[in-house]
Amino acid sequence: MESIRWLLTVAEVEVSESCLTCCCGSSTDGVLMFQQVPMVEIDGMKLIQTKAILHYIAEKYNLHGKDLKDRVMINMYSEGLMDLMEMIMILPFLPDPKPKLDEIQSKANERYLPVYEKALTGPVYLVGGKLSLADVLLVECTLMLEEKFPAILKDFPNVKSFQGRMIQIPAINRFLQPGSKRKPPPGENYAKTAIEVFRIKLPTQ
Amino acid sequence: MAERPVLYYFNGRGKMESIRWLLTVAEVEFDEVLLVTREQYVKLLNDGALMFQQVPLVEIDGMKLIQTKAILNYIAEKYNLHGKDPKDRVMINMYSEGLMDLMEMIIMVPFSPDPKPKLDNIQSKAKERYLPVYEKALTGPVYLVGGKLSLADVLLVECTLMLEEKFPAILKDFSNIKSFQGRMIQIPAINRFLQPGSKRKPQPDEKYLKNVMENSCISLP
Repeated sequence: MESIRWLLTVAEVEVSESCLTCCCGSSTDGVLMFQQVPMVEIDGMKLIQTKAILHYIAEKYNLHGKDLKDRVMINMYSEGLMDLMEMIMILPFLPDPKPKLDEIQSKANERYLPVYEKALTGPVYLVGGKLSLADVLLVECTLMLEEKFPAILKDFPNVKSFQGRMIQIPAINRFLQPGSKRKPPPGENYAKTAIEVFRIKLPTQ
Repeated sequence: MAERPVLYYFNGRGKMESIRWLLTVAEVEFDEVLLVTREQYVKLLNDGALMFQQVPLVEIDGMKLIQTKAILNYIAEKYNLHGKDPKDRVMINMYSEGLMDLMEMIIMVPFSPDPKPKLDNIQSKAKERYLPVYEKALTGPVYLVGGKLSLADVLLVECTLMLEEKFPAILKDFSNIKSFQGRMIQIPAINRFLQPGSKRKPQPDEKYLKNVMENSCISLP
């Protein structure tokens, strides 16, 4: 859900949240199309599937490119970032996170960050000279990476400058202050709650 | 004259198959470069063709597109298979994402040392989580969204055929979906795609698995 929170923040849309802490009624009243969250109630609809939600919000608030060609670039960049963030997201659910952390660091350094570094040689934003979903996800992702690997951007000055510019945006700046709707990195309780509410079976390794 | 799109992938279904389906339904002729040697893959990497070092890769309209969902959305929008407005679009995307989650589970089965528990999980998720949604959506409507053919319908046909390959009777309690499938396979382009000799790829076998493992440095969990 965090990417959705980021996007709504940048679009300057106020939201209210209902945090799931128990399994009561969530699967039986037909609210969740595929019995999964995230779920966002917006414009009279109950939207599920993170990417469907992100695209809807991006399109609604003009963060999804001016034409088809811009849109596909935004989507390619976004999908890559979501793949990388998903690796970070599942860490709390792994019995032994260390090998996964190593993999994330090397994939970030070798596969992903070089792409954004190159794309930001010159341009202020990733696509089409204007802020888009891809830029929002890049800020989110680089901050998440630095939480795990504080010096990870040292060889990526364009990405670091980009991050610096983005966090000056007032809505983002406020989001990064204590007391905002931004959620902290997952603690012990987070994984435990998710496992309990959704009766997740962890893979055995 | 516009050039035909070129698809770069292993010689099998994998993540490219949904793209093959969508181009077929859009009646877009395409060419394929099937990656059967490591040298081909390394050349693509060295040429800088693969943004994140991954396939699928589709060359189309002068661009080298990667990331399955970005490619599907591009093709769907270009060929009017992506809804008439944001509300239709988000419904199409929700339905599509669910189907892609389910198909991904099936795609991963050959890479698992013990497929049986995975297959059981797929069957129960299909019957309890996914199929009921599409069964309900097709009570009345001919297509899933907005009264016209879309990406979601294409993925639903693809998915139901894949499910029946593993579980032949899986649609017996889902009569709307079965009828939908029946209607869709009458569409001439789909009908031709289901005949021998088309660009449709067969189910993965040992040779496919070996090809993917050798040529892309995939390490199994």
